[in-house]
Amino acid sequence: MLHIAVCIKQVPDSREMRIDPKTNTLIRQGAPAIVNYFDLRGLEAALQLKDEFGARVTVLTMGPPSADKAIKECIAMGADEGILVSDRGFAGADTLATSYVVGQTIDKAGEVWGPVDLVFCGKQTIDGDTGQVGPGVACRLDYEQLTYVEKVESFDPNTREIVVHRHLEDGVERVQAKLPALITALAEMNKPRRASLPGVLRAARYQPIVWTTNDFTDLDRSKIGLRGSPTVVGRSWVPEQKPVNTKILTGDTVNQVAEDLFTALFATELPGKLGWVQEG
Amino acid sequence: MAEERFDCVVVGGGPAGAAAAYTMAKAGLKVALIDRGEFPGAKNVFGGVLFRSQLEDLLPEFWKEAPLERLIVEERLMLLDEQGMVTLSHRNPGFADPPNSWSAMRAQFDAWFAGKAEKAGAVPVYQTTVTELLQEGDRVVGVRTDREDGDLYADIVIVADGVNSLLGKALGVHREWQPDEVSLGVKEIIHLPRNVIESRFNLEGNEGASIEFLGDTLGMTGLGFLYTNKESISIGVGIMVNDLQKARVKPYAVLDHVKQHPYIRKLIAGGEVEEYAAHLIPEGGFHSMPPLAGNGWMICGDAAQMVNAVNGEGTNLAVLSGRLAGETAILAHVRGDYSLGMLDHYNESIRASIVFKDLKKYSGIHGLLSGPERRVLFGKLPGVLNESISDYMSVNGITKEEKQKMLIHQLRDAAGGNVELLRLGLKGWRAINR
Ligand SMILES: Cc1cc2nc3c(=O)[nH]c(=O)nc-3n(C[C@H](O)[C@H](O)[C@H](O)COP(=O)(O)OP(=O)(O)OC[C@H]3O[C@@H](n4cnc5c(N)ncnc54)[C@H](O)[C@@H]3O)c2cc1C
Repeated sequence: MLHIAVCIKQVPDSREMRIDPKTNTLIRQGAPAIVNYFDLRGLEAALQLKDEFGARVTVLTMGPPSADKAIKECIAMGADEGILVSDRGFAGADTLATSYVVGQTIDKAGEVWGPVDLVFCGKQTIDGDTGQVGPGVACRLDYEQLTYVEKVESFDPNTREIVVHRHLEDGVERVQAKLPALITALAEMNKPRRASLPGVLRAARYQPIVWTTNDFTDLDRSKIGLRGSPTVVGRSWVPEQKPVNTKILTGDTVNQVAEDLFTALFATELPGKLGWVQEG
Repeated sequence: MAEERFDCVVVGGGPAGAAAAYTMAKAGLKVALIDRGEFPGAKNVFGGVLFRSQLEDLLPEFWKEAPLERLIVEERLMLLDEQGMVTLSHRNPGFADPPNSWSAMRAQFDAWFAGKAEKAGAVPVYQTTVTELLQEGDRVVGVRTDREDGDLYADIVIVADGVNSLLGKALGVHREWQPDEVSLGVKEIIHLPRNVIESRFNLEGNEGASIEFLGDTLGMTGLGFLYTNKESISIGVGIMVNDLQKARVKPYAVLDHVKQHPYIRKLIAGGEVEEYAAHLIPEGGFHSMPPLAGNGWMICGDAAQMVNAVNGEGTNLAVLSGRLAGETAILAHVRGDYSLGMLDHYNESIRASIVFKDLKKYSGIHGLLSGPERRVLFGKLPGVLNESISDYMSVNGITKEEKQKMLIHQLRDAAGGNVELLRLGLKGWRAINR
């Protein structure tokens, strides 16, 4: 049977995060933990393939013990198993170390339940925003890499070929790839389903499978956690807000406002820059 | 439909539902606890004081681990008129040891309490709304939820879905509220630094103060409250809905008005409003309590109107009724009988409990508060009393005897004559002594 792995991360809900007025940084504390927005799209895509072709869907995350809540949410939606890779030894990982551990986990899940054919990741996390883990995992596993996917067009279980649409800056690229492959999901890809009642009941009792550093037989300890993370954050700051000159036009009629807007616009250098008017 | 059957499905994860689920799960029953919130308590609102009594019977020494704000060591009752106030303050070291009550936040407390039920074995089904009861003939056999395959069958359904009980209405035990049976509570949480709260209210460490006030609610029937939390103040008013309708006043206008009162204003000065909430409070009390059980179902807490509006008690009665419903369910489970005949045991235990006795004692209140006397009580009396005390306290050459006469005179005038004053006094006494 098709084996699909979905990589998820528990993140603080950025919609509910407040900004510390003194330091201008996000206060993560107190913000509810949710499954990363893009990852849920990956899970939904996996579940749609499961619905259509039959598949085993394994969800995995590297994170603190409290991330079991995120796993349970995925189980409620319909994932078969959830693995929580959790150990102090993994802590402090940057994207390089994270993609190494995630790659190892997918390998190990393959040993337990059969080789993983397809991996879904989110495009990026909403708390880290790097977008590097997905491609990193694909490289480690030597899988076809399909990033920024907005649509899974078709899948043929016989030829093991998948066709996806990649949303790029200058257009959409339609790509065909042969499994095994890794897909990073965009928000547009689908709308994650609401869990069914039997799903919620199963999740309520489900205990995620926990793997620690000791559960991996040939883990290279120099590549995990803080030690395996060469990234150095030199400095971080909040960009200064540039004052914006706002003027609200209040004319009596729409025409008056349009007139004023026109005059105001042409008093700036903008029309010249945009080539609306000829110099001289 | 979910394949799984439960011994009991509890609808609502507030204090009533959590207490019921905890009681049954601890006894080994297979229980599902359903709440529509992201987690129980997420959107729940109350003024802010939780009592030790009732909850302690279920979870001894719960205060050592429950998320609570401050231990209430001082209670003030305040009569407000437009500019001034008359206050009765009370402190007594024995009052807070063992504790009597704490200020608290429902989002934290309810989640914690429901967590206790989960740990005891209740299966949490959150972010799930029960849309209807499943019935077979005259028996309730389960619930329908808003999820796919969302029917859930159980031997007993405990309805604890709060004041607006949709399911109570479906059972036909719940009429639409009359405007004189409910108050609308509005509340703000105002952030203030810990040390400011402590110095303003004369507190130290974990101590807290509770102020309940009456009057200056624009002549309408209502009560106000102000509770100190760790780093905020909960302030709100509950106003009878029919008064709001008649006066065409928005409830938050009343709260804004109270916040401007010269005395209250200083207590909250400099604070920043963090949160605003509104919620109904059942006030009908005794006379509005519906039948409490039927074939396959029981109803408890706010859904069954179990609020003592006079003393601002609701959560404790909810907890007690939830526990009693849970205990009846355990009995029914043992006997394998879920009929009204069996579940009526819950009805009887409520009747023998403080819920029934207190609500019965105050059963006249509703009549008093919705009758014409309320104009005197909430409109005139606080001001007259304040004036009289001013006169009495002024050193101005008038004899004490004369002052005493004046005081009675003023009160009598406010009530509309001797007979009326007597009647009001009598009615008031009767309202709280049945
Ligand atoms: C402004 C105000 C101040 C108050 N002050 C105090 C006070 O200081 N002290 C005190 O003890 N009491 C106070 N009360 C009263 C107290 O809040 C209630 O009596 C108490 O919360 C009742 O508990 P309950 O479990 O019956 O209902 P609720 O606490 O209302 O819980 C009902 C639960 O059911 C869930 N629910 C509802 N419908 C559905 C559905 N269809 N499907 C699934 N879930 C559903 C809701 O999400 C909620 O969690 C106050 C009330 C108000 C409004």
